[in-house]
Amino acid sequence: MGNVVLIILLGLAAVAGLFGAARGHDALFQAHAWVIVAASLVAIVALLQRLDRPSREDVENSYADGVVRFGVLATVFWGVVGFLVGLVIALQLAFPELNLGYSFSSFGRLRPLHTSAVIFAFGGNALLATSFYVVQRTCRTRLALGGLHWFVFWGYQLFIVLAATGYVMGVTQSKEYAEPEWYVDIWLTLVWVAYLLVFLFTLFRRKEPHIYVANWFYLAFIVTVAMLHIVNNLAVPVSFLGSKSYSAFSGVQDALTQWWYGHNAVGFFLTAGFLGMMYYFVPKQAERPVYSYRLSIIHFWALIFLYIWAGPHHLHYTALPDWAQTLGMVFSIMLWMPSWGGMINGLMTLSGAWDKLRTDPVLRMMVVAVAFYGMSTFEGPMMSIKAVNGLSHYTDWTIGHVHSGALGWVGMISFGAVYFLVPRLWNRASLYSLRLVSWHVWLATIGIVIYAAAMWVSGITQGLMWREYDPNGFLVYSFAETVDAMHPFYVIRAFGGLVYISGAFLMVYNVWRTIQGNHETRAVAADAAAPQVA
Amino acid sequence: MSEKKTDEVTGIDTTGHEWDGIRELDNPLPRWWLWTFLACIVWAFGYMVFYPAIPLVSEATPGVLGYSSRASVHQDIQEARVAQSEMISKVDSLALADIRNDADLLQFAINGGRAAYSVNCSQCHGSGAAGSPGYPNLNDDEWIWGGNLESIATTLQHGIRHPGDDDTRFSEMPAFGRDGILDKEQVKAVANRVLALAGQPHDTELATAGTELYADNCAACHGETGKGDREQGAPNLSDAIWLYGSSEAEIARQIHAPRHGVMPAWGDRLDPVTIKQLTIYVHSLGGGE
Repeated sequence: MGNVVLIILLGLAAVAGLFGAARGHDALFQAHAWVIVAASLVAIVALLQRLDRPSREDVENSYADGVVRFGVLATVFWGVVGFLVGLVIALQLAFPELNLGYSFSSFGRLRPLHTSAVIFAFGGNALLATSFYVVQRTCRTRLALGGLHWFVFWGYQLFIVLAATGYVMGVTQSKEYAEPEWYVDIWLTLVWVAYLLVFLFTLFRRKEPHIYVANWFYLAFIVTVAMLHIVNNLAVPVSFLGSKSYSAFSGVQDALTQWWYGHNAVGFFLTAGFLGMMYYFVPKQAERPVYSYRLSIIHFWALIFLYIWAGPHHLHYTALPDWAQTLGMVFSIMLWMPSWGGMINGLMTLSGAWDKLRTDPVLRMMVVAVAFYGMSTFEGPMMSIKAVNGLSHYTDWTIGHVHSGALGWVGMISFGAVYFLVPRLWNRASLYSLRLVSWHVWLATIGIVIYAAAMWVSGITQGLMWREYDPNGFLVYSFAETVDAMHPFYVIRAFGGLVYISGAFLMVYNVWRTIQGNHETRAVAADAAAPQVA
Repeated sequence: MSEKKTDEVTGIDTTGHEWDGIRELDNPLPRWWLWTFLACIVWAFGYMVFYPAIPLVSEATPGVLGYSSRASVHQDIQEARVAQSEMISKVDSLALADIRNDADLLQFAINGGRAAYSVNCSQCHGSGAAGSPGYPNLNDDEWIWGGNLESIATTLQHGIRHPGDDDTRFSEMPAFGRDGILDKEQVKAVANRVLALAGQPHDTELATAGTELYADNCAACHGETGKGDREQGAPNLSDAIWLYGSSEAEIARQIHAPRHGVMPAWGDRLDPVTIKQLTIYVHSLGGGE
């Protein structure tokens, strides 16, 4: 019955898409309308095929793991896509001929495709999948609100496809990490509200007296990202049948809103969300208690309170008033220890289990992730100091900093979670190969070190060249000369990225073989169903 | 939910909570963590006392140091101006030749010229001033419009074929092939004559055939022996330096329908002191006369 209603709704969506395709004011809007038609038709066909057979998951007293399985696969798929586009644009910077002369293959189009693919498609799916997995286990209850989690998952994939095709075709509102236009923003808002509802109602019906710390972080991530997304994307569409809109903000207010958004996308998407992941998977994999409950409370609230103010450090020495720059800087400094609270709780949870690092490459992956987290959350506050920022800002140092956080922390903790989840979700006794995981840890680590070191050298060189004066007070280098000086580092950086991606390909193979399950399977899905009755 | 227990490995109590097998130890906040956190907070508030920080109704608290990034930039620029002012006024008042005679002033002008060059000129002439096809090399001693200080200054000031400047350098070579003055064979013959003048490998027969054609059509500007004429901006053809290439085909192409480069009149865009410094710099590159 529910499926019939859904099919009717999807039919209406397809008709609306056709209308948009026929009457849209510009080719870009029409193209996106066709994407919606296609997505609706695919969904209708998929639903028709399963109209008569109830899904295995409809059994109310088991965990809703189907969506987690899809989420894990989406994480792996988008991860590889995002890393590959990253490698392409790294090579484009070193060898500009690789722009190929087409608008859709130019650096300007592919760079946001890369950033959004890794942050929102890879990172976002990792967070969706793990939050759905973790909230069910730590609340001992199935996801609330029936099948709404499927809308969240597929709706999010549609958002990714609309955003990605938009980047390539040139639909953009020119806000970094928030490039999609108004209609894609509205769609994401709907999806995100559904996500929040599923998560909240699952918490409400928990069978544990307390809410586990991982869920605090996931909830903070979901709520804050909703707020950031809605405010930064406030805009007036030129037409309801066109792809163009104008932001509600202008000038320095627009810049500040954008970096309030951009910085907290880092803070709540890439930090809080992934700390939620860390708080579940590290103690599970290490089979040790979390180091300090008190620390988790204090650093959670301190992090949540302080992070939201730190955005202005992206606008040092600009038209932003001095007082706002001061606040952005001091809040970033105060943020250092609250960030490190997560690192301490992650690393110290291993006390009594350090020997496992020798034998368990999955745990090793997670621990290296936490180490990179610690490094980049020290580097971040340091770079927010105005004197340091005067040198580092606009240089490759920033790129290196972001990637030690993104490749090291976000990437590796997600890989760790994927390796934890895949055997459990597909009822396999173990991963296909722990040796491949070990190789992955090393390739990822070495790749990041090469990447970050190249960017440190290149960034500091660049910063020093820009500000070098001769004894008579004249600038020594032209901008083009500083670009020329970056070439070797760009080549090294691309090599670092290649090493990192090779590790990711090992993961794809390992995950695929594990799911294929030619090795022995687990007799009972031990932790999938058993605790439900407790 | 389970009872409070003591963790066997560390001897620390757990909080008694348990989720999916995860427990929590009741460890206190690490002291070093707490003290560093508090120190950061104290430092932050201290910084806010010294620098602009708290927004009030119409403006923010200025901070006891009275710092303003706008004023700070303004002051930096002022200091830089003051530091250069003595040298700048000397460059302004002295003749180009006199600047060259004062070692300190010469160095100053070369440094200033180099900075202006890398921003304004390197796009065409290259960062090392070695030029590229169509854009003259400034390191050698061949000058289309003259290589002494005055000539370079004039070229910089008024540009070459720059529309809108009445005193701009101007020369135009006829399109001998395109406009039907010479036929294809004749253009080829002249090209070989030019190669002969330059002492390059050439077809002797064609060169001989081109000798008279050259004398009739080219010598008026480029001279009987191809030495060129700077008064008319006619390049020297008798050396190994070529603006548009040295092969027979490339020379023939230039005779057929010549390309003419354009250089902006920098007098419209740069102040006189900068033009002077650029002049000295270009002159110093190796070919100055």
